Amino acid sequence: MIENLDQIFVILAHWVVSFLPAWLQPYVMILLGVVGIIVTFPALFAITVLLERKGLGRMQNRYGPNRVGPYGIFQPVADGIKSLTKEDIVPLSADAVVHFLAPVFLVVVVFMGYAVIPIGRNMTLVNIDAGLFFFFAIGASTELSVFMAGWSSRNKYSLLGAMRAVAQMISYEIPLLMSAVAIVMMTGSLSLNKIVEQQNQYTYGLPHWNIFTPWGLAAFILFAIAATAETNRSPFDLPEGESELVAGYFTEYSGFKFALFFLGEYVGMLGISGIGTTLFLGGYSAPLQILGFVPSWLWFFAKIMLSMCVFIWVRGTLPRLRQDQLMNFAWKFVLPLSLLNLIVAAAWRFIGEGPLRWVVCSGILLIVYVLMGRVGMKREHFGPRSYRYAE
Amino acid sequence: MLGEGILKGLGETARNFAGSFVSADRLTTVQYPEERIAPIEATRDFPFLVYDGDDWEAGLRCVACQICEKECPPKCIYIVKSTDKKPDALGKPQIYPARFDIDISVCMSCQICVEVCPFEAIKMDTEFELSTTDRFGGLLYDRKELAKSNEHYHKIHPTEAAEVDARLAEEKTKAEAKAKAAAAKAAAPKPAAPAPVAAKPAAAPAESEKQG
Repeated sequence: MIENLDQIFVILAHWVVSFLPAWLQPYVMILLGVVGIIVTFPALFAITVLLERKGLGRMQNRYGPNRVGPYGIFQPVADGIKSLTKEDIVPLSADAVVHFLAPVFLVVVVFMGYAVIPIGRNMTLVNIDAGLFFFFAIGASTELSVFMAGWSSRNKYSLLGAMRAVAQMISYEIPLLMSAVAIVMMTGSLSLNKIVEQQNQYTYGLPHWNIFTPWGLAAFILFAIAATAETNRSPFDLPEGESELVAGYFTEYSGFKFALFFLGEYVGMLGISGIGTTLFLGGYSAPLQILGFVPSWLWFFAKIMLSMCVFIWVRGTLPRLRQDQLMNFAWKFVLPLSLLNLIVAAAWRFIGEGPLRWVVCSGILLIVYVLMGRVGMKREHFGPRSYRYAE
Repeated sequence: MLGEGILKGLGETARNFAGSFVSADRLTTVQYPEERIAPIEATRDFPFLVYDGDDWEAGLRCVACQICEKECPPKCIYIVKSTDKKPDALGKPQIYPARFDIDISVCMSCQICVEVCPFEAIKMDTEFELSTTDRFGGLLYDRKELAKSNEHYHKIHPTEAAEVDARLAEEKTKAEAKAKAAAAKAAAPKPAAPAPVAAKPAAAPAESEKQG
């Protein structure tokens, strides 16, 4: 029974497929998986948007939306209807084709990333050996759609936003990959299923998640920072900083194209949460051995929703960075630490079992972190500001 | 240490988040259509015409002097004077506004009309739920829609209304006293001479009438 519940979607899909001729079965199987992903994640997107608006409201001692339905739970439905019925304006001087393609491209690319994420036991749409590699390759092409949107709009704010977005995404792509590489080094595989399987073991009832090691924790924190920047979330929301750039690269978008950008952004966040969960938080595995009876997909969704809550929490707390702070942080702090983390992970591997590797690895990381915080991130004082006026 | 401030900030938002569920007085938002807070006494938005007594048409204090129409910065008042005269609240025959329109979509709530009115006839209302389905006609108020009783004025601005009433009563007693004195004088040697003095309160509209 418990196993059935765990595999319920797999069993259902096999049952549906069994009515079809044999040559059609693999195609329909894939189609079912795609439909499942395309239905599930936008639904989670709606929940996330509601959670975000309510949560941010509560953090600011407001109620948040509470008009549509009980406690405002139908707010996403109202938003959806509104954006569907709104006029779709394309600027006269915009490059109409690229302007149209940009949001479509973003959504397609973002959904393609889900193909390799193990959502539950035996629930990976395409189980390829280089799954992690595929995800990052696909994830990097969101930059293209962002730049397409900014360039084709023929608007200075759009273009500035797109330039910022590309600069930021490329800068943070490197620490994102570097922190993931530590996991690949330790697992010895790029297959996301293998990475999860390796974490899905227990000693004394406690899981072997990567986050419970010094290098794993450091990589997780770096990954979280880079992922936040990669998805243009606050405090790294410079590309769409509404106080500076109207709305950044999607200034010239309205109606459903705007909604597609919005969807793409949140689905991208869910995707990167999914990959973070897979790499560091044990994917679909239960946090305690005794909780193993809960279906694996439920754990996966619980973990990504939890990380969405953290995203919201961070957004409610931190103010936006300045462009130079953003770049300094990426190149002078996150990247060196993620490189160091690779060395620490290697040391962990070669010191061998025992308490010694815990002490050495966490010691190195802590000392470097504190030193870099003291020295590298020191605020520069330029003295009092002086002005020169034209004679 | 680096990151300390971030953790502190996260703690602060978490405290606010949790606190908003625990203590209701953190949430200062008034849920407007269901809950309302009483407006403060100095609230004002659009002007209305004050009338005394029960009949709005007879009791209108306005004598169509058109000072407000001239002073109105956005020119949202439109007055047409009557050709005949009607007895006002004091029983004196006065010109009255045959039309008095205010376009509240143009009005900027500056209260200048109220300040210039020598008859305390126009005052500021506090009614703010004025939405209408007709954006042109629905926001152009005629004198019937503008006329509101002195009791209403007392209800929305009690202190101010009391002052106005006191002033009007004082003027009334003064006018009565003067009229009595004039009558007494008139009864004695010369009948016609003091008449303009007795007509003093009506002097202002008479002058503006000449100008208009």
